[in-house]
Amino acid sequence: MHRKTLTELQAGLAAGDFSARELTEHFLKRIQSLDGELNSFITLTPEQALAQADAADQARAAGQAGPLNGLPLAHKDIFCTRGVRTSCGSRMLDNFISPYDATVVERLQAAGAVMLGKTNMDEFAMGSSNETSWYGPVRNPWDTGRVPGGSSGGSAAAVAARLVPAATGTDTGGSIRQPAALTGITGLKPTYGRVSRWGMIAFASSLDQAGPMATSAADCALLLQAMSGHDPRDSTSVNQPVDNYSATLDKPLTGLRIGVPEEFFPATLDDRIASTTRAALAELEKQGATLVSVRLPSVDLSVPAYYVIAPAEASSNLSRFDGVRYGYRCDDPADLEDMYKRSRSEGFGAEVKRRILVGTYALSHGYYDAYYLRAQKVRRLISNDFAAAFDNVDVIMGPTSPEQAFELGAKKDDPVTMYMADVFTIAVNLAGLPALSMPAGMIDGLPVGIQVIGNYFREAQILNVAHRFQQATNWHQKAPSFGETATAKGDA
Amino acid sequence: MALDPQALAGVAHLARLHLDAADSDALTDRLNSILGMVDRLQEADVDAVQPLAHPLDASQPLRPDAVTEQDIRDQVQALAPASEGSCYLVPKVIE
Amino acid sequence: MEKITEWETVIGLEIHVQLSTASKIFSGSSTAVGAEPNSQASLVDLAMPGTLPVLNRGAVEKAILFGLAVNAEICQRSVFERKNYFYPDLPKGYQTTQLEAPIVGPGKVDIQLENGEKKVVRIHHAHLEEDAGKSLHEEFSDAQGRGMSGIDLNRAGTPLIEVVTEPDMRSPEEAVAFARKLHGIVTSLGICDGEMSQGSMRFDVNVSVRRKGDETLGTRTETKNLNSFRFMDAAIRQEVQRQIELIEDGGTVIQETRLYNGDTQASRSMRSKEDANDYRYFPCPDLLPVVVTDADIAALRATLPELPDAREARFIDSYQLSAYDAGLLAGNRFAAAYFETAAQHSGDAKLAANWVIGDISARLNAEDIAIEQCPVSAENLGQLIQRIKDGTVSSKIARQVFDACWQGEGSPDEVIAAKGLKQMSDTGELEKIVDQIIADNAEQVAAYQAAEGGKQKKMFGFFVGQAMKLTQGKANPQQINALLQQKLAP
Repeated sequence: MHRKTLTELQAGLAAGDFSARELTEHFLKRIQSLDGELNSFITLTPEQALAQADAADQARAAGQAGPLNGLPLAHKDIFCTRGVRTSCGSRMLDNFISPYDATVVERLQAAGAVMLGKTNMDEFAMGSSNETSWYGPVRNPWDTGRVPGGSSGGSAAAVAARLVPAATGTDTGGSIRQPAALTGITGLKPTYGRVSRWGMIAFASSLDQAGPMATSAADCALLLQAMSGHDPRDSTSVNQPVDNYSATLDKPLTGLRIGVPEEFFPATLDDRIASTTRAALAELEKQGATLVSVRLPSVDLSVPAYYVIAPAEASSNLSRFDGVRYGYRCDDPADLEDMYKRSRSEGFGAEVKRRILVGTYALSHGYYDAYYLRAQKVRRLISNDFAAAFDNVDVIMGPTSPEQAFELGAKKDDPVTMYMADVFTIAVNLAGLPALSMPAGMIDGLPVGIQVIGNYFREAQILNVAHRFQQATNWHQKAPSFGETATAKGDA
Repeated sequence: MALDPQALAGVAHLARLHLDAADSDALTDRLNSILGMVDRLQEADVDAVQPLAHPLDASQPLRPDAVTEQDIRDQVQALAPASEGSCYLVPKVIE
Repeated sequence: MEKITEWETVIGLEIHVQLSTASKIFSGSSTAVGAEPNSQASLVDLAMPGTLPVLNRGAVEKAILFGLAVNAEICQRSVFERKNYFYPDLPKGYQTTQLEAPIVGPGKVDIQLENGEKKVVRIHHAHLEEDAGKSLHEEFSDAQGRGMSGIDLNRAGTPLIEVVTEPDMRSPEEAVAFARKLHGIVTSLGICDGEMSQGSMRFDVNVSVRRKGDETLGTRTETKNLNSFRFMDAAIRQEVQRQIELIEDGGTVIQETRLYNGDTQASRSMRSKEDANDYRYFPCPDLLPVVVTDADIAALRATLPELPDAREARFIDSYQLSAYDAGLLAGNRFAAAYFETAAQHSGDAKLAANWVIGDISARLNAEDIAIEQCPVSAENLGQLIQRIKDGTVSSKIARQVFDACWQGEGSPDEVIAAKGLKQMSDTGELEKIVDQIIADNAEQVAAYQAAEGGKQKKMFGFFVGQAMKLTQGKANPQQINALLQQKLAP
């Protein structure tokens, strides 16, 4: 059952091949028997999941099945879930039982989806390896000595290992796409403002966006349909109609113009990743697309701009974690200052503190113009580069990540090298564009991901390109052998 | 531009983070490697460029002036590390 | 006294005006005062993880109305920023406010002093922001018995405009006149309830001194959170004195924030906060620029009520009031409305104005109530004034009637009837009384008749007093006067 895509499971439920309860029990069993090694979940919610599954079965019997009725999924632990611990991967929120649901959670539940639990993540989404979580690192099911990427590493690993057919993620600088690439799954970061941020714990508010992670573009389309739409509780949520993402998946690619920026193929790029990406582009050409060389000259400065803007916003967003109204408070504070400083120092991990310090510094007196303001101007240049490119092309493509899954601990002591993992994804967040990562090859037994970037609100087009590619190839169907024997036992 | 341990202490105070004296040098080095990378921003010619704060050129939606919230104190105050008599408790605030 | 001419005082004000919206600036919580602590603190107000602000249209419109009332430019694209600092009553760890692009740009307010002098005070700008919660210091302690503060977040997120003036005021009188004028404007607009004792308007005063003729400004101090005109006046006087003495003793004024205590009438320097002064402002990424169109502004302008200046001019023109009286009445829209009703019902605007500015104001002040709660209605005041004019009661008896009305004993006519206070105007009856007075006081009559002009005039009062005594004040004074003049003539 776990080898089926969300789309197939949807059909199976509709045909009555199995019930939502059976499906939920199956995946819960898989998680319980296999996740010990992966550590992809922080919290499992079996009782709630079974209750939701039963409700889904009843709704179907009553002819009131929602579009995702009975489909199991997991939420990144950055989304607030009423009555369930919402930790954001941090000791700071280890005891935080959210009093409310995020809009994304609400919408997916309203569509009939069943939440199995909350997935592991880099603390406050700050990381590209899932090693900064208070709950320990997540392991990549393709090679458990390697990282799954981050920050949505728990969701990526769980989907890749087929512990859950789909999951939600969030992407501030590549946190959906980079782990999707490193674990061989499909993940989409929508246009900024397409999916509500209400109830999604903020890292960098002008960059954060939630999106789906699954094993195919078609599955992402299904989830994104339910997640998208205007939300009056989020001022940055866009009030414009949501396209029918599944309807245009099969559209032929004839006439499609694909921009290929030379900046995404630097001399330093691993040749094998470059050639894998070019092979994928060749496949799309075969389907009638035209490759067009484009320039994104300012994208070279996207990592420095991002590492000012994101930490600056984060330093302010994380000020609310002060030990007063919820979350961690240090023992026996001597006075108010001591309470603030110890609660925050003991509650936050090293990477979070580093970014708070960088952000505080970048906003502080005398540095604002040289750092923050300058970064915002560079952000404009980057956005202009994309706008100019999109005058001439429909989508822009390249590798998702300059490297494959690396070994646990390999970059732990070198934040700057770690930050370069997002060199191809970050510019998209700065511009607010939608982008998808999907597997396009295997090197040394590890997946390689490619990125499809679209113009604003062209999620349907990105999904169409990805789906056509996946119809012609089978990279997205490759699953790690992780857990095969254990599952056999479990099923027996 | 670079941080020294003394400047770092000032920044840490602004952020209300406690720094271990023992870690201060190592942390200073790491932050300086980040700031060094970030310093590449100075290469850009941005004199005539308007800063971009939001990816989309949109304006703030306005909500009608109506009371829509209920009293949720009992539910949410259960999350507080310390509370008494309907108030959140903190070590004495001195003005 | 020499010092006063030698030094010049320079005053600028920052005024926090709580906008009288039903809900908070960024959430749908009620802004009502007096609720149980934290019963009006929503997920947003508590800065729960993942929550986001949505701007209240009412707050924006009220800020724009203010801008229009002070002839200010309205910024068509204003931006909210975050002012970052840690304080337990500030749940997000930043205040959402405006800095670079405030909604209200430069404007001006005309003020008038008691001596009739007029002056313009320039408004630098006014910006929208959220109020903080409150720290309560009484009765809390931890397990070890150490003092704790309680945090109530009901006020957190109440919309404010902060009005910042140029340093245009040169005396406490000017500052208070401006403050009163501003109070009149915001209450006339209906954008603030003006309840200063509740903190609805809070004044910060920036004060510096310089030698007369100096071009540059002296170092200023900021005295915070003055919530009455009286405290403001006292705090400025005290601070000016302190600064002058400091400089004359060879010291220098340091730029600092001071706190005035109304109970002790003393100010003190607040714990040094220079380390916390780096607020790291930056545009709030959760809020988009607030765009206001010409059409929005025109629509709001059309709803502007009559403002104190226009009302003052109308009172001078229509009721022939003095500029000073008109200014006093026009400043408060409730007092103005009361006056106008009383003037219409009495047919005598001048008398109505005297009553409102005199007896009624004094009585309201003594009992610490607002004119909206005045127990004597404007209609009844009008009736009372009519009874004075038609001779039913004298001015003196009228005060007695007014007291009874204040106590809730009915309308003036009811009180006059019930208490038999109607003036005696029957000439025959009064003549009898005058005759009796002359008969009973032969000695005084003789002395009177022998006296010279000026002295005689004084002695005349005695006979009037006797007449009033005998009639319990009800005698018509004009008639009594005439009769006495006639009968006492030698």
